[in-house]
Amino acid sequence: MTKKLKIVVLAKQVPDTRNVGKNAMKEDGTVNRAALPAIFNPEDMNALEQALRLKDSHPGSVVLLLTMGPARAAEIIREGYYRGADGGVLLTDRKFAGADTLATSYALAMALKKMQPDIIIAGRQAIDGDTAQVGPQVAEKLSLPQVTYAEDIVGFEKNRLVVKRRLERGVESVRTPLPVVITVHATAPECRPRNAKQLMRFKHARTLTEEQDNEHNSYLPLVSPESLRIPEWSVADVGGEESHYGLSGSPTKVKKIENIVFQAKESKRLTSSFEEIDMLMSELISSHTIG
Amino acid sequence: MANFYKDNRDLKFQFNHPLMSKIVRLKEQDFKDSGNFDYAPCNFEDTVDSYDKVMEILGEICGETIASNAEEVDKHGPHHENGRVTYAPGTQKNQDTLTQAGLYGMSLPREFGGLNFSMVPYVMAAEIVARADAGFANIWGLQDCAETIHEFGSDEIKQEFLPRINLGETCSMDLTEPDAGSDLQAVMLRASYNETAGMWYLNGVKRFITNGDAQIKLVLARSEENTTDGRGLSYFVHDQAWGGVTVRRIENKLGIKGSPTCELVFNNAPAKIVGERRMGLIKYVMSLMNGARLGVGAQSVGISEAAYREALKYAHERAQFGKPIIQFPAVYEMLAVIKAKLQASRALLYETTRFVDLYKAYGFVGESRKLTPEERTESKLYQKQADMLTPMLKLMASEYSNQNAYDSLQIHGGSGFMKDYPIERLFRDARITTIYEGTSQLQVVAAQRYVTNGGYLALMREYEKIPLKAEHELLKKILIEMTLQYEKSVELLAGKDNDYIDFHARRLVEMASHIIMSYLLIIDSQTDDSFENSAQIFINKSRAWNNERYTYLKDFSPFQLSSFLAVKEERVPEA
Ligand SMILES: Cc1cc2nc3c(=O)[nH]c(=O)nc-3n(C[C@H](O)[C@H](O)[C@H](O)COP(=O)(O)OP(=O)(O)OC[C@H]3O[C@@H](n4cnc5c(N)ncnc54)[C@H](O)[C@@H]3O)c2cc1C
Repeated sequence: MTKKLKIVVLAKQVPDTRNVGKNAMKEDGTVNRAALPAIFNPEDMNALEQALRLKDSHPGSVVLLLTMGPARAAEIIREGYYRGADGGVLLTDRKFAGADTLATSYALAMALKKMQPDIIIAGRQAIDGDTAQVGPQVAEKLSLPQVTYAEDIVGFEKNRLVVKRRLERGVESVRTPLPVVITVHATAPECRPRNAKQLMRFKHARTLTEEQDNEHNSYLPLVSPESLRIPEWSVADVGGEESHYGLSGSPTKVKKIENIVFQAKESKRLTSSFEEIDMLMSELISSHTIG
Repeated sequence: MANFYKDNRDLKFQFNHPLMSKIVRLKEQDFKDSGNFDYAPCNFEDTVDSYDKVMEILGEICGETIASNAEEVDKHGPHHENGRVTYAPGTQKNQDTLTQAGLYGMSLPREFGGLNFSMVPYVMAAEIVARADAGFANIWGLQDCAETIHEFGSDEIKQEFLPRINLGETCSMDLTEPDAGSDLQAVMLRASYNETAGMWYLNGVKRFITNGDAQIKLVLARSEENTTDGRGLSYFVHDQAWGGVTVRRIENKLGIKGSPTCELVFNNAPAKIVGERRMGLIKYVMSLMNGARLGVGAQSVGISEAAYREALKYAHERAQFGKPIIQFPAVYEMLAVIKAKLQASRALLYETTRFVDLYKAYGFVGESRKLTPEERTESKLYQKQADMLTPMLKLMASEYSNQNAYDSLQIHGGSGFMKDYPIERLFRDARITTIYEGTSQLQVVAAQRYVTNGGYLALMREYEKIPLKAEHELLKKILIEMTLQYEKSVELLAGKDNDYIDFHARRLVEMASHIIMSYLLIIDSQTDDSFENSAQIFINKSRAWNNERYTYLKDFSPFQLSSFLAVKEERVPEA
């Protein structure tokens, strides 16, 4: 008998830093979010695909998305619907704003306590921060096992979930009990496309905030059916210590930001003799390039 | 991310056409599905919003997946073994992705798992897929077959086959045989009925069948013994799972190499009849071919679009004599003409599509209620216009896609001749468009009757009535003169024998095409300035093209024909 799983995918709306133009950065060195299109974080997309594959192989399972962000991040939930997810929650509150990875994982962990999933799947890292910290921190806060760098969630073997991890020099298979937090690597299969019918079914899914703004789909009736309402959770909905949220819960301080311009310098040609390689190694160690 | 819908504003423009709301209302039959299907639209804006968003999905898949696979698919091609065909890996990936995206069965009703899209977005999708990979566009486009099953099949056959289309099963259209190409009346594949089995059985050979190893096959076969003409042919559906059909070989081709072209052997292959006996060719295949010709029109426009973009990019990048080659009049003229022909053929493509949409939609409305007399008249008119423009579109769009690919390759110079740039593939892929689904010569045969019966002229006069901006009056004057010249040209044929008329037919069909496409471009310029340059260029070129044809025709004497007839007596000398 196959299990019915409740899977939550952690997904973030990020500025598309892959196609940066001239005004991608602000004067102060932070990302100019307004100038870049907002997209579904790429590795979270790989995570979603893993979740959907589990759903395919375990009929009756549900896949939900959890995202924290401003009102427009509801697009993440819709995007999930279009690709085959069953819904999701938008964590949104002014009090969440200014969160670093610690405060973010606290908020996500509090919401996850409420959702009670069997499996939590996240992308390895988000392209606007590249920290790879949120997934592991969520696991720690929930005291759950974690499997990072997953490339393939293979399936169950005697109540243990088998996961293949992408390591620097190969792959490793691990077995884990549930519940578990898994972070997915970009080498995992890319996400399936949006499906036309799913899109038509769920393009009207809106949060209450969006409905009130009514910017979205303005030709539609003002109130969409309850089944298409995307829930918004605030600090009050998930509970916890207010001081752990947002700016006040974020110990990270940015000390200095430097502009780095990549430059090609002169190249050196080496033979494969041991002496020359030794010389290169000591040169690199003394210049702190390595070691 | 590359998106072949979003990067081309001329596509979305089509959704703003004034006829669109009528098309949608008829197709959705006043939104009757909105209570029964959770993905059905509730009003016009909702429908067009869905068209737009679904085109975005398709545009992304085409830009990211299909276009990236095209080179490899062209090189690798399909594989034939043990009577079966396997696609190139890239082709299979394209197919799987489009299936996951739910983009098969786009025009089928929702009760059969379709999206119930009107023809405009469906044809647009065909154009976009063809821009990404013209060969793959065939495999995807063969979902047209489902459209004929829907239109003519019994309820039982519809239930049996149609729901499988959206799940990604593919089709083939099996008409051509070694001795029946342009002349399909000569089809010999035999269909015989077995009373006890209650089934038809097919025996014979089909040739040049695209995607011949499809799960669902529509076959034209001779069901009436001792007949030799089109009236002895019926139309059948065969399920691959029933067995009896093997692929004897696949062709090694110049272009569209990813699309398997198969020779099929039918050996007691079971089949069911679609529609009525004896109506195979005269009714059903004609309808299927009209749909497929629209598809080749879309494919041709897609190839033109791809070629134009390649040439434009290259002309900016390549410098000679100290400047980018686009600075040279010879090059920028070529580019501007490519674009004008591209936009002209696209205008004709969607105009034709709208007429097809309207008469088909009326047909389906007519199944659930009686049409009013006005609706019936309108439906007939749209059908006539669709029949009239379809061969014109197939002829012109396919010829332009070849001319455009040729000129775009020329702009690449020597690099264009190499495998390093996509243009050589586009050039090869374009070549088939003037051949299959009826050669250009056969399109002229089909179009010719609307030259003689005044159909085209009447349409020109309709367009003439549409008011234009003051600054376009000069162009309008040119078009009115061209129409008069066309009328005179038709009169020159009055009373001449058939050979004489056939000899000049293409000239006249082309003259009519130039005028009609010119009108469409100038009409589009009324709502969007971006068509104005192409309208200017196309109208002035058309005037010159038509002058040439008129002069030739006017000064042509039957005596000249004899110089042509002489070639009939020539033989290739024996070695
Ligand atoms: C790649 C490819 C894929 C194809 N896919 C399919 C498919 O899926 N299903 C299918 O059924 N068929 C398919 N065909 C067949 C295609 O439709 C025929 O090749 C086409 O209709 C022409 O027939 P033919 O090749 O026998 O040429 P012919 O009919 O022999 O024509 C040869 C020449 O004579 C000219 N000619 C013939 N008759 C006339 C006339 N009355 N007036 C003026 N000129 C005339 C033609 O224009 C042409 O120039 C495919 C062909 C190719 C090459």
